[in-house]
Amino acid sequence: MSPDTSILRVSNVTKTYHLGNALLEKFSKNPESNSALTALDGIDLQLRKGEILALVGESGSGKSTLAKILVGSVAASTGEIQYQGSPMPARRGKDVTRRIQMVFQDPYSSLNPRMSVGAVLSELLLLHKIVPRREVRAESIRLLNRVGMEEDALDAYPSQFSGGQRQRIAIARALAVRPDVLIADEPVSALDVSVQATILELFTTLRDELGLSILFVAHNLAVVQHLSQRVAVMYLGRIVEVADTAEIFSNPRHPYTRALIESIPRMTAEGANDGIVLEGEPPSPFNIPAGCRFNPRCSFAQVACTLTDPALMPVGPTHESACIRADELPIFSSIPIHQEEL
Amino acid sequence: MTESPLLSVTDLVLGVKRSKGSTVIVDGVSFDVATGNRFGIVGESGSGKSMSLRAIANLLPAGVNVMSGSIKYNGEELVGMNRVKRRRLMGPEIAMIFQEPMTALNPVMRVGDQIAEGPRRYLGLSRKAAMELAVSMMARTGIPDPAKRALAYPHQLSGGLRQRIMIAMAISCRPKLILCDEPTTALDVTVQHQVLRLLEELCDDFGASLVFVTHDLAVVNQTCRDLAVMYAGRMVETGAVKDVFRDPRHPYTKGLLDSAPDFDQPGRALVPIPGFPPNLAHRENACSFAPRCPFVQERCLEGAPVLERVEDGRESACFFSDEIFKKVRV
Repeated sequence: MSPDTSILRVSNVTKTYHLGNALLEKFSKNPESNSALTALDGIDLQLRKGEILALVGESGSGKSTLAKILVGSVAASTGEIQYQGSPMPARRGKDVTRRIQMVFQDPYSSLNPRMSVGAVLSELLLLHKIVPRREVRAESIRLLNRVGMEEDALDAYPSQFSGGQRQRIAIARALAVRPDVLIADEPVSALDVSVQATILELFTTLRDELGLSILFVAHNLAVVQHLSQRVAVMYLGRIVEVADTAEIFSNPRHPYTRALIESIPRMTAEGANDGIVLEGEPPSPFNIPAGCRFNPRCSFAQVACTLTDPALMPVGPTHESACIRADELPIFSSIPIHQEEL
Repeated sequence: MTESPLLSVTDLVLGVKRSKGSTVIVDGVSFDVATGNRFGIVGESGSGKSMSLRAIANLLPAGVNVMSGSIKYNGEELVGMNRVKRRRLMGPEIAMIFQEPMTALNPVMRVGDQIAEGPRRYLGLSRKAAMELAVSMMARTGIPDPAKRALAYPHQLSGGLRQRIMIAMAISCRPKLILCDEPTTALDVTVQHQVLRLLEELCDDFGASLVFVTHDLAVVNQTCRDLAVMYAGRMVETGAVKDVFRDPRHPYTKGLLDSAPDFDQPGRALVPIPGFPPNLAHRENACSFAPRCPFVQERCLEGAPVLERVEDGRESACFFSDEIFKKVRV
């Protein structure tokens, strides 16, 4: 893959948290007891220019940790992040920070209740010297219009808005510094369906009109399927499958992805899934299973799966999977069977 | 019908008292749930779906009152029932499962004891027998190693396990009616799938009925047989889930369905509903959906439509249901 298509490239990023007292541990009777939590365990991922890449997985899979590392609010333990081909410094300067912005999940807690919308926007515009002081108001209005809001919102406070409007304000705030990359951490999970559709539409418009690259962290696969071009599936701190959206949903090559797709609640009686239920819950990140980390829950697991820890390998032109049996998996049949409309 | 339904809610009106008059937040909700049926109530935030459910469980927040209407359980009127008598119903007859298992469980009590509390009180079991029952209920909800987990505190368990504890607690006295308030919203898809399956199985095994409140249309489709769609405190459409999803008869239901992503139709564009839900404090005598409705006509602004039969087993509160959806009423 040519390097110029990727705007962000994550190479072998890990993140471990150490809990407890290191000194106590040194003298403890059981030196094997593991107090290191592995949140991310060797992540390789690229975000291409102008694409919406979805990052999905269960809670605890490390998707939010990765998002935080990308915006720079959490430092990676090891590994490198390249932005447009050059490595990101550990402590980011104002200019690099500006280029990668984040939209948070809960618009009720991510906006300062004591700052008016205009104050939030002008603070950023002035700090980053985006526009001269006299143009700040005009620029703020332009930003609000961009996210589908009116000028009169400038003097209002976040509490005066509904959830969907607040999320628009949060997006306007992220856009204020003219970023190239937007990291959205479950931005529609807290919203009603009808509002969710408008925010999803906004993300698509932003990508098309501003050429933004968007990393969309989500757990709702139906949303992901509608919005993104590519999907990366995370499980216990690893990426287990990456592929184009249509490809991953029609031909998933990792048992975990299959289980996720089987779990999606469907909208039609015909589609109601009665397939396999994924048993149990993800194992503790303190104690990751030997071999393939998915093997205790996997219905295709064999002895070999408990011995080798599979790496992400190409299984197709735009498709990578971390399963040693990726080629042996049976044909997947959770694709819509009823196609009356066609 | 010869047999009276297990739960029958008629013209329920809930309101919040204000200094001048009161604001009606649930306006004339009526539905019946037959024994063994699974009934879904769908709507956006503020539509009154959770309040209607809480009224059945007598768990309305302070300030919200039942202003009129009736809630009959097994033929017995719950509104205005003696407090002690009503409390005795909760547990052995009616149980509730909440959205956020972390806030609904007691953080300083072992989960086993929390489950055993109901059976001890209502079934008169000894401490030991109740604990055994609690462990068996935990096993029934698919909790691995239940005897050990019964000694855990809620914070030591994952979200999925906590929700299972809530379910175990709800079914411990074998209730005939289970009320669920968005029980899977806080869970991952895989766990959600497990929990929904579990609820279905348990209802079938125990012959319990379910009232399921959610904003997720797909979840209703997976779980319930009949549903009611609520908007701005009123029911706008009722019917069997499969009919309503295939062929909605109210513009709001259609809007909801069009705005929700459907996994089986990836190519379909999502159509948001324009505008905002109305302010319930200033309710006008008009269809509450009229300001957002693409099919609005003058008549919609002159009076509020009531729920009326449009087909066998289906009702819609829209003056133009037949015209909009090109139906001939039989």
